[in-house]
Formats: sequence, C-alpha cells, structure tokens
Amino acid sequence: MSNVLSVQDLSVAFHTRAGVVHALDRVGFTVGAGETLALVGESGSGKSVTAYAIMGLLEAAGQVTGGRALLGEIDLLAASPAALARIRGKRVAMIFQNPRTALNPIRPVGTQIADVMRRHGGATWFNARDRAIEALRAVGIPDPARRARAYPFELSGGMCQRVMIAIAMAARPDLLIADEPTTGLDVTTQAVVMDLIAEMAAQTGMATILITHDLALAAERARRIAVMHAGHVVEVAETATLLARPMHPYSARLIAATPTAAGALDDLQSVPGALPDLRGTIIPACRYAARCDRRQADCGETLHPHEAEPGHSIACHHPLGVAA
Amino acid sequence: MRQVLLRLAAALPTLCGVVVVTFLLTRVLPGDTATYFAGPTASAEAIEQIRRELGLDLPLPEQFWRYVVALTKGDLGMSLTTGQPVRAEIATRLPASAELTLCALVLAIAIAMPLGVLAAVRQGSLIDHACRVLTTAGVSLPVFFTGLLLVYVFYFVLGWMPAPLGRLDAFATAPPQVSGFYLIDTLLAGDTETFRAAAAQIVLPATTLALFALAPIARITRASMLAVLGSEFIRTARASGLSGPTVVITYALRNALLPVVTVLGMVFSFLLGANVLVEKVFAWPGIGSYAVEALIASDFAPVQGFVLTMAVLYVLLNLGIDLLNRAIDPRARHGA
Repeated sequence: MSNVLSVQDLSVAFHTRAGVVHALDRVGFTVGAGETLALVGESGSGKSVTAYAIMGLLEAAGQVTGGRALLGEIDLLAASPAALARIRGKRVAMIFQNPRTALNPIRPVGTQIADVMRRHGGATWFNARDRAIEALRAVGIPDPARRARAYPFELSGGMCQRVMIAIAMAARPDLLIADEPTTGLDVTTQAVVMDLIAEMAAQTGMATILITHDLALAAERARRIAVMHAGHVVEVAETATLLARPMHPYSARLIAATPTAAGALDDLQSVPGALPDLRGTIIPACRYAARCDRRQADCGETLHPHEAEPGHSIACHHPLGVAA
Repeated sequence: MRQVLLRLAAALPTLCGVVVVTFLLTRVLPGDTATYFAGPTASAEAIEQIRRELGLDLPLPEQFWRYVVALTKGDLGMSLTTGQPVRAEIATRLPASAELTLCALVLAIAIAMPLGVLAAVRQGSLIDHACRVLTTAGVSLPVFFTGLLLVYVFYFVLGWMPAPLGRLDAFATAPPQVSGFYLIDTLLAGDTETFRAAAAQIVLPATTLALFALAPIARITRASMLAVLGSEFIRTARASGLSGPTVVITYALRNALLPVVTVLGMVFSFLLGANVLVEKVFAWPGIGSYAVEALIASDFAPVQGFVLTMAVLYVLLNLGIDLLNRAIDPRARHGA
C-alpha cells in the first residue's frame, strides 16, 4: 500500500512570552490510501498542532523547527505559501470540531461550498451553485436546493458538519484530516457523521487522519492508531494489536481509562499525573517518565521510536510485554 | 417595511422627550432674550414691550403649548438675529453641513478602512505602525489646528487651494437647489465649472474633518479584522485553500464590517454636530455655526430647531445603520 502522507521527525516550537514551548518533538507516522489512521491522546498532547503544522495553518507564534511531511513528492513543510494554498482543500482537506463556528456565519452554506469548488474543483461561476447543491445531496442533506441558501445558524450541528464534509470533499482530496469531527454533536449524529466520512473515503479511496481523544471512537473507526503524549508519538500499531497488546505504558493506561459498554464505572482508571511542562530546554527524553510506574534509571537516556515488531513501533525503554 | 415603520414609531417618544427637554433647557439658560434684542440703550419699557411681543411674559406651560402647536404645523419659529424663519434657514444650512460631513466621512472611510485591514493582515508591520501613528495624530490634533494648518500650507504658502471663504468663491453663483449639495446640484445643472469651484472649496474642510474621523474608523476596522481573522471559520477558509483576497475580503472583511458600520454611525452623528469649529475656520455656512451663534444671542427658536433637527437625523441615522446591519448579517434579519 502506498503512503499518501508520510510525516517524519516533525518538530514544532511555540514562541510565547513564558518561553519557547516544544510542542512537538520528532513526530512521525504514515497514512496509506484508503486507510484511516487515528491520532489519539489527551488534550494538549499535540494532535491538533500536528494537523495544523501539516496544513501550514499554525498561528504566527508556532514554528516548524524540523522534519518533513511528504504528500507524494511534495514536502508540505517546505512548500511556499502559494503552493500550499493550491494544495489545501484540493489534495488535503480538513474538517473541524464545532462545525457551526467553523463555517462563515454570514454566507449561505451553498455559496461556501461553491467558493471552494470554484477554487479547486473546476467549477465555473455558472455551474458552481448546481454543483454545491449536488454536494449537499451527496452528504445526505434533505432538500439540498433549499438548504443551499441557508445560513449556518439555521442548521443543526450535525447538518453543519455535513456541510463541512461537503466543503472538504469539494475537490476530492487524497487526504482528509478530521480534527475531533464529532465533538459537540450528540451521539447518534456522531455515528452518522463518522459513517458519512467512512463512506466518502470508501468512494474516493481517500486517506483519513482522525484526530480524537476518544480511544473508543478511534478503535471503532481506524485501521491503525498512533498514540500521542506531550508532543511525542509514543506508539503506533494496528488497532486490534494496540488494544490487545499495548506496549507503551501510556497506551495501556489510556486503554484502562476508556469506558466500555460492558465495564463498570469503578473499573475506569485515570492516567496519573499531568502533562509535563514543555517550556525551556531541559525536557526529559521520555516525556511520560514522570507519570510512569515502570520508570527506571535509564529512562532519561535519548529515546528513539523503533519497531518492536512488524507494524508496531514504540518509543519506550521498558515496554510492556517484554522482559525488563 | 413593517420593521422600518415600527422602528420609526418607537422613536416618537424619544423625539417628544427631545422637544420638552430642549424647550426647558433654552428657558433655564442664562441671558434674557428681550434685553439682548432691545439693545444696550433701550429703556425698561421698551424691553417689556419686546418681551410681550415675543410672548415671553406668558407662563411657561402657555409658551410651551404655543411652541408645540406651531411645531405640528411645521413652524419652527423665527430667528430674532436674522429675522428669517428657522425652518428655511435650517433647510439651506443643513445641506451645507451634511455635504461637508459626508465628503469627510467618505474620504475617511476610503483611507481608514484599507489601512485598518492592512494593519490587521500585516500585524506588526510598517503599515501597522503607520496606522497607529495616523490614528493617534488624528485624535490628538484638534480640528481647528489641522484646519488652520491646511489653510496656511495649501492656501497661503502653496496657493493650491482657494481662500477658505465658504462653499463657493465670490465669482461663482450657487446652482439651483435640488438636493442642496452643491457637488450634486452643479452636475445636475451641467455646470462643470461651478462644480470644480465647489469641489475646490470643500477639499480642505473635508480633509480636516476626515483626519479627525480617520482614527476611530481605522482602529475599529483593525481590531474587528484581527478578531475575525482569528476565528474558526477563517481557519476553515484557509484550510480549504481559498485565495488570500477571498479570505481577507469576502470572508473576513464582510464579517468585520458589523462593528465598523456601528462606529460609522456614531462618527457621522458626532461629526455633524462637532464640525462647528471647522465651519468657523472655513466660513462654511453650516448648521453648527448657526446654532452656536443663536445660542450666544439667547435666540431660542434656532437652538430648538437645531436640536430637534439633530434628533430626527439621529433617529434616521440609527435606522439606516440598523438596516445596513441587517443587510450584512442574516442573523439580525432572523432574530428581529
């Protein structure tokens, strides 16, 4: 399977008044055509920053300090702003959480879809409107001709997320980055939206990166999962493998902290401690070490993500399931 | 349409309040009209006679009743200083002020909005600093100073501009009145020569006022643009690869306009009343100088007429701003 996107050693630093924050450190993963990769981790672990860095949408304070993000032959991190603007929305599209605020509040949704189609999808002034209505129909919005004239505040959250998906799919991208796409939606709508994304991906062979803090959602929807913690990718594995045999202590903790339908509430365990302070220059090699109950003397030594077994890479000196 | 009528109806109590308050205010102001008009050498009997003729000896409720009855007939009374009906004088002087203020506002918008947008898009750049300097200068330099400075430089030193003596120089004749705006009436009359003369006269006073109006417009544009540019739907627009101009103009600026329009309304009404100084410096026959002169002379009728006119204008202006907001923001259309 060919890789649509290959991220290698991506590092991002934020220059804040309180000092330089090393938000991402040598993040790496790949995603293949038609595949769904989930980026999982708690809030602040760097999932969204990873996505924004790839898209070239980091705020002014954020700076990519190293690495590559190869989309085919093009390194997105090195592309010029003009080149990037041609790629965004055309080859890589993104949808966001809180779809209602992610849409222009004073522009009809059909027009917003038409804007993107005129920019990328080869639509003209004359047929963009009809194509936008078609796109609304494709994402399952009833009475699309009427809804095309609606404003975001006139639609439900679920409808707005469908519109977002229609915008993202306007130019049939190779890769869709979905940043917490179901946050703020009710449970049934969540399922519908995720089904829709999967359906779209299946139709076009599009790769999907699903960013979520919800391991259960990731387990259900993704073929592979990359676990992030404090700006590191600590473990990448096939979903079934990761759930059955997590090798990184943090992954194991995260799984134990995920509610299941069968389990009782008392069985849930929170991950102890908090994310480390990422300011300054003295950051531990393993950013999980301070929270880890398997910490040993050599945990302070330089850490390299490595493949523990085929298709299963980790960044840990003392992984689970291996004699310490 | 129904909304508009409702809004106008809602403004009626305000206008009634304005009528009462201005009437009372002019009566409690120091200065005795009768004494003023009788002149310094008049005898006590002469003053009393003038007082009776003006109806100033009547009890206040009676005076007020007469005033209101006249108002309902559209009669704003007579000015004692000029001997002209107040309504006719306001009708000729208001367009002069309005033309000046509108020109200043258009000029200010034409400079301030692009400046504010650029300052927001390129935050911290040279143009951002230039914007800050200009807005600070705009608010800190009083209009009579900038006005005199402009006259000194462009009329006295350089000689590029005509003398600051009102709306037209002595050799030109005013165009037949249609809108009362010389710039429009001269064109309607096909008189390009007078148009040029009127335009030359208005450049300096309009620039003076515009410099003053620049600051709030540029600042609110910049602040509003910054807020919108940081919002989630702009991120979406960028993530969709929309071109820079589309993101900045179609997506950001249209959203940023809402507070700008509100501020524009305030700036406009503020200018209309506050351009007295500019009217003085440029001998502009506007409504502001008219009101001040009347006030100094304890001439009630023009003052009351002026305040009432301003109140009506203010109501209409707010209505216009509301309609403009509705045109921009579908949520406002929906909510009301």
